[in-house]
Amino acid sequence: MISYLIKRILWVIPTLFGVSLLVFSMLHLTPGEPALAILGEHATAESIEKFNKEMGLDKPLNEQYINFISKAIKGDFGVSLKSKQPVLVEFKERFFATAELAIVAMFFAIIFGVIMGVISAVYRYSKFDYLSTFISLTGVSMPVFWLGLMLIYLFSIYLELLPVSGRLGYEFWVDEITGFYLIDTLLNKDYPAFFDAFKHILMPAFALGTIPMAIIARMSRASMSGVLKEDYIKTAKAKGLSGIRVILIHALKNALIPVITIIGLMMGTLLGGAILTESTFSWPGIGKWLVNAVNQRDFPIIQGTTLIIAIIYVSINLITDILYAVVNPKIRLK
Amino acid sequence: MKKMFLLSSLVAFNMLYANPVDGGVLVFGRSGDSSTLDPSKATDGESFYGTTQVYDTLVQFKLGSTEIEPALAKSYEISEDGLTYIFHLREGVYFAPTKYFNEKVEMTADDVVFSLKRQFDEKHPYNKINGPHDYWSAMDMDNIVKDVEKIDKYTVKVTLKKREAPFLANMAMDFASILCEKYANELLAKNKAQDITRLPVGTGPFVLVDWKKDDKMIFNANKEYWGGKPHLDRLIIRVIPNPSVRAAELKAGQIQVMDFPNPAELKDLEKNPNIKVMKKEGMNVGYMAMNQKRAEFKNPLVRQAINHAINKKAIVDAIYEGLGSVADSPIPPSMWSYTNDIAKYDYDPKKAKELLVQAGYPNGFKTNMWVLPVSRPYMPDGKRVAEVVQADLAKIGIEAKIATYDYTTYLEKSKNLEHDIMFSGWTGDNGDPDNFLYALLSKAAAKLPANNYSAWENDEFNNLVTKAKETPNQEERVKLYEEAQKIFAKDAPWVTIANAVNVVPMLKKIQGFEIDPVGKRRFHTVWIEK
Repeated sequence: MISYLIKRILWVIPTLFGVSLLVFSMLHLTPGEPALAILGEHATAESIEKFNKEMGLDKPLNEQYINFISKAIKGDFGVSLKSKQPVLVEFKERFFATAELAIVAMFFAIIFGVIMGVISAVYRYSKFDYLSTFISLTGVSMPVFWLGLMLIYLFSIYLELLPVSGRLGYEFWVDEITGFYLIDTLLNKDYPAFFDAFKHILMPAFALGTIPMAIIARMSRASMSGVLKEDYIKTAKAKGLSGIRVILIHALKNALIPVITIIGLMMGTLLGGAILTESTFSWPGIGKWLVNAVNQRDFPIIQGTTLIIAIIYVSINLITDILYAVVNPKIRLK
Repeated sequence: MKKMFLLSSLVAFNMLYANPVDGGVLVFGRSGDSSTLDPSKATDGESFYGTTQVYDTLVQFKLGSTEIEPALAKSYEISEDGLTYIFHLREGVYFAPTKYFNEKVEMTADDVVFSLKRQFDEKHPYNKINGPHDYWSAMDMDNIVKDVEKIDKYTVKVTLKKREAPFLANMAMDFASILCEKYANELLAKNKAQDITRLPVGTGPFVLVDWKKDDKMIFNANKEYWGGKPHLDRLIIRVIPNPSVRAAELKAGQIQVMDFPNPAELKDLEKNPNIKVMKKEGMNVGYMAMNQKRAEFKNPLVRQAINHAINKKAIVDAIYEGLGSVADSPIPPSMWSYTNDIAKYDYDPKKAKELLVQAGYPNGFKTNMWVLPVSRPYMPDGKRVAEVVQADLAKIGIEAKIATYDYTTYLEKSKNLEHDIMFSGWTGDNGDPDNFLYALLSKAAAKLPANNYSAWENDEFNNLVTKAKETPNQEERVKLYEEAQKIFAKDAPWVTIANAVNVVPMLKKIQGFEIDPVGKRRFHTVWIEK
């Protein structure tokens, strides 16, 4: 187990190095000067030159890369060309919003996805099974921004139940402790604010969680169906155990193994890919910020954030693999 | 029934004689966040939305116009040779205390010297902090300003390197905002100088309370504002990237004023009984530039032919959805010195064809046309405009192939004059015709990286706009600019397409809001009907 762990952890280093090199070269090989993107139409030759010099963009590429990577190792991801603030500070200000949204969306996706999948597997070809297949297919094919707008029109404009956008009503004030509003409002003992934050996160989390939910539902159904055919399930049933007990204790544990991998992978995707959802619901996370940075060729933000996201992604994968190995000892033997 | 009548006439009476009411929170929904709150570091309009609330300038644009009026300077004198400007500061103006700098400091000449000098004096402690002062360079101020000195506590002298009539208008722009020297020095001593980009201390009508990135900025009214206290208690500027969601928020009453509506949704907003849509001609022009580095476009007959070939009215009607008017001059009609008395190019394909034959291209020619990849205030949908133009040109035998790049690459390649034909536009910075005519069409602007996308170098025009720059008398300047517009129109380096209209939807109960042609959003005079 320990040697597996060490090997697995050592793999992280070349992966991250590869990511940094790839992002750096892709960024610098695409045309489009950052000075122009930032100074815009009004840029003069003089101001472009001055900008490049002060931002270190006039140096050779290899020097820029070494500079970037040696600073990144020390935890310094550079300074945004546009706002002149450290990338890490800018990132932190937005990351927790994205993380909170992703976690709630994932939570929603797992609970509904697994329940739907398991019931579908147990009652295969029933009406519920067809309905859940229909929901999953619709969920996978629906564009997030469209779903988001429809939700807004239904729940905010027509029914007036939920707020249109944002993270918290302006009448509330939360001292940020963890950066997660659902937790911070509780820590502040401000229950109306908690309720408001909860109302704000419902629609975006639903919109963001729909696709993972559909995938998890399909995965759990397939995996559960397979497991239910296994001999040990038949044995358990033959022993006279109740149906629920067989499904929840004997079958579910094994059926969830492939689902855990998918969940791990999807968590990373959710973190990086909440762009459309964040934009639709004006969720102040890293999505829109990163898109702006790409448009403005804000190299330090793109490089730094990609690297930070890669670190998070790799860590989540690492944890998933370890969990996987713990649940299924056969894996680490291979 | 009688009661109803009484009630409604009472309401009507109230509305007719409504006096500004104090109090309330106004939430303004915009499309993106500010990148910084340091006015000299910003180049984007969104950042200036933030700094405008907190800071003041020496002179300012009169609300809703481009006329200059005194602000922190109660008066100014300009020397005969136009090289010295003396600003007499208002006395008893204080920087508003904030959570992070809870001191009441009086604004004096030192603050003015500090704020302006840091942008060009390399020895200034704040010159190198947080990167270059982009707007100062972009406005060519390095070549205009020689020195800024304090005469006494309330008097500042600015010396110029050369005569520059638009200088005063430049001083009304956000980059020339006055910051608090004492606060800046304290930050420097604490090694926290970069904080000035997010924690501003100014003399403006509002005070920053909190800035949650990509979410909202919260401002409280500066109750002791020298220009009279604002009616609002609090101003919240929210970031709502999606225009449909902004409109939904407005309908739900969650925001009271919104930026940049989707033109397609405007009719729906106008129908809503709680919403009014304010419109005002913008200070912008959308145009198509023909690069004179290409043989075909060197010939003025070809350029005139193309001008006749394009149906501008059809473009404005279909693509601007009525939110614009056909442009004929490089400066918008809202700008002083604009003249209508110039050569006009009506839609006339037959005449266009004739001109093309005269120019020696009876069968037309092939060319490339670059399309604006992003929607800009002066051109909401570049691709559709280009498609109409392409079809119009085809009718006279010019085969234009459409191409585009992402916006940054587009700008870079255009500034290198790599295009044949390209679409662009301009929004005025300072309400001065110089900012259009010299910045976009002078010989200096044709040098790489060029803002003169036509590479048009006309001596007569160039002399006029250069002379106007150095002429302090406005009446004389008007004459020079009128003459320059005539030459432009005759020589036709561009096809001027449209002047777009600024549109701001808001709740009906919002009063006192004015659309600034320079694109500022000011809330000092805004109040909410109860």
